[in-house]
Amino acid sequence: MATLEIHDLHVSVEAENGPREILKGVDLTIKQGETHAVMGPNGSGKSTLAYSLAGHPKYTVTGGTVTLDGEDVLEMSVDERARAGVFLAMQYPVEVPGVSVSNFLRTSATAVRGEAPKLRTWVKEVKSAMEQLQMDPAFAERNVNEGFSGGEKKRHEILQLELLKPKIAILDETDSGLDVDALRIVSEGVNRVRETGEVGTLLITHYTRILRYIKPDFVHVFANGRIAESGGAELADQLEAEGYDKYVKGGASA
Amino acid sequence: MAEAQNIPAGSTTAGSIAVAAESTVATRMSAPPSFDVADFPVPHGREEEWRFTPLARLRGLHDGTAVASGEGVKVEVEAPEGVTVETVGRDDERLGKAGKPVDRVAAQAYSSFEKASVVTVAKEAVLTEPIRIAVHGEGGVAFGHQVIELGAFAEAVVVIDHTGDAVLAANVDYVLGDGAKLTVVSVQDWDEKAVHVAQHNALVGRDASFKSVIVTFGGDVVRIHPRVAYAAPGGEAELFGLYFTDAGQHQEHRLLVDHNTPHCKSNVAYKGALQGQDAHAVWIGDVLIQAAAEGTDTYELNRNLVLTDGARVDSVPNLEIETGEIAGAGHASATGRFDDEQLFYLMSRGIPEAEARRLVVRGFFAELVQQIGLPDVQERLLAKIEAELEASV
Repeated sequence: MATLEIHDLHVSVEAENGPREILKGVDLTIKQGETHAVMGPNGSGKSTLAYSLAGHPKYTVTGGTVTLDGEDVLEMSVDERARAGVFLAMQYPVEVPGVSVSNFLRTSATAVRGEAPKLRTWVKEVKSAMEQLQMDPAFAERNVNEGFSGGEKKRHEILQLELLKPKIAILDETDSGLDVDALRIVSEGVNRVRETGEVGTLLITHYTRILRYIKPDFVHVFANGRIAESGGAELADQLEAEGYDKYVKGGASA
Repeated sequence: MAEAQNIPAGSTTAGSIAVAAESTVATRMSAPPSFDVADFPVPHGREEEWRFTPLARLRGLHDGTAVASGEGVKVEVEAPEGVTVETVGRDDERLGKAGKPVDRVAAQAYSSFEKASVVTVAKEAVLTEPIRIAVHGEGGVAFGHQVIELGAFAEAVVVIDHTGDAVLAANVDYVLGDGAKLTVVSVQDWDEKAVHVAQHNALVGRDASFKSVIVTFGGDVVRIHPRVAYAAPGGEAELFGLYFTDAGQHQEHRLLVDHNTPHCKSNVAYKGALQGQDAHAVWIGDVLIQAAAEGTDTYELNRNLVLTDGARVDSVPNLEIETGEIAGAGHASATGRFDDEQLFYLMSRGIPEAEARRLVVRGFFAELVQQIGLPDVQERLLAKIEAELEASV
């Protein structure tokens, strides 16, 4: 069973006046089949955690370890992490000029699966995944994320999640900028992947709204670069009622 | 590519649509067109037609100091049956019929060449094999003139290959008889030191179709000036271009489509990729719709993909309309950048870095390459693009 273990992770970014530490010792273990919600106020470092796990060059790991089934993730390049089974659904997916969605999907599936998917089954697979996400087939011929609306970008991210079938899925504020219909469609896509029982999900969000559609097994409150409190789904209800105030204050005085 | 997005620091995209009584396309040149170099002052670099070009790297083509040497370029023409290939003197009356030189270097070429080559495709001859013209630089300075003339209803494909090292200024005339169809592919695959400045003049006959494909990979400075005018109504011109500008290279494509006649069409599409320090691509797209040219249908497009820091693009579409009675007119120009965020996005989906770059560049060029319509040329171009990428990664 696939397990992602994050231990005492410290991450810095380059700021104007030297490196600034964003993550200050994150401990988190995600097992296949589990869903962890990481919630926290803006600027607490949630997205930094997501991008650091995917290997974005902007973030420098200064301490700690990340392993996937015992393999050192931090030693891997960005593409190696993806092929090892780590997937990041981005909050702001990037436009790639000149590359069609269909070409992109097939190239990434080929890379992740280690062989080119058989054309006939692949076409069906993409078509049905797109239908389930209520995406127009014409989408496949558009350039990756170019001119996509916010909702289209997020559906496209979840489409990739469904096709690439990672071991660990990190969803960075997938709910942001979505109306209720789009949120439901996107959440259903995430749930289809979760129901296979083969993915560990790290759901990063600012709001509790998405948790009505995607039920987490664990909720972690993220504040000041580390996990301030962990609990079950009921912790989300408490956050909904009380907000992040006590964690922000706690962080400031610590 | 979305307009005006991801514009890298070193690029400009300016465009204009002017409705004018008098053409500024003509008036913003420093001198009227002429066959005589003496009619053009030596450019100093601030003129509209020279302001993007590094004059110091033209090796004297612009100021009269470049003198033809014995071993300039070697030209070999391979032509199928039905084609006449001649080498003629300066006084041959078929020379210069498609258009006059419009700048100092083109006039220098016209004033300095000794022998011209004239390739004629007989009336109604439909060639099944391309005419192949190999222009190989032998390291010297050369001035050239070439005429390709198709009789009425003739059909031909011409592939011109430029290789080796040379300092070459040339004019090429394409004269299309009524109903003729001509496709010309000009590949600039020069060695790295070569300098090539050329004006291409096409005169498109009644109901004739002209397709020009300009492919520029090599050279230190390459400046190509394809121009189209129509001899009679019903003509069509497609001007396609593809360039891959590497570190230190200056590649400039300046186009003019002169809609001087009613009911003609033109479609311009140029795409370029740039990589490396001081790679500089310039694209000037002038389309003039004269008052008489009612029913004109024209579109021009330029797209640039900047792969690394340090490259610069100047892209200037300019559409000038002197009549409102047209079928359509438009232009688009955009410069996009392949940056670290895009690379990260593709790699985060398991795609290795080299493949990510290939994917982007191939995708960028694919649509244009398909429009060339010549499978062997298309394959060669894709292979060449791959090789350019391999060299860079």
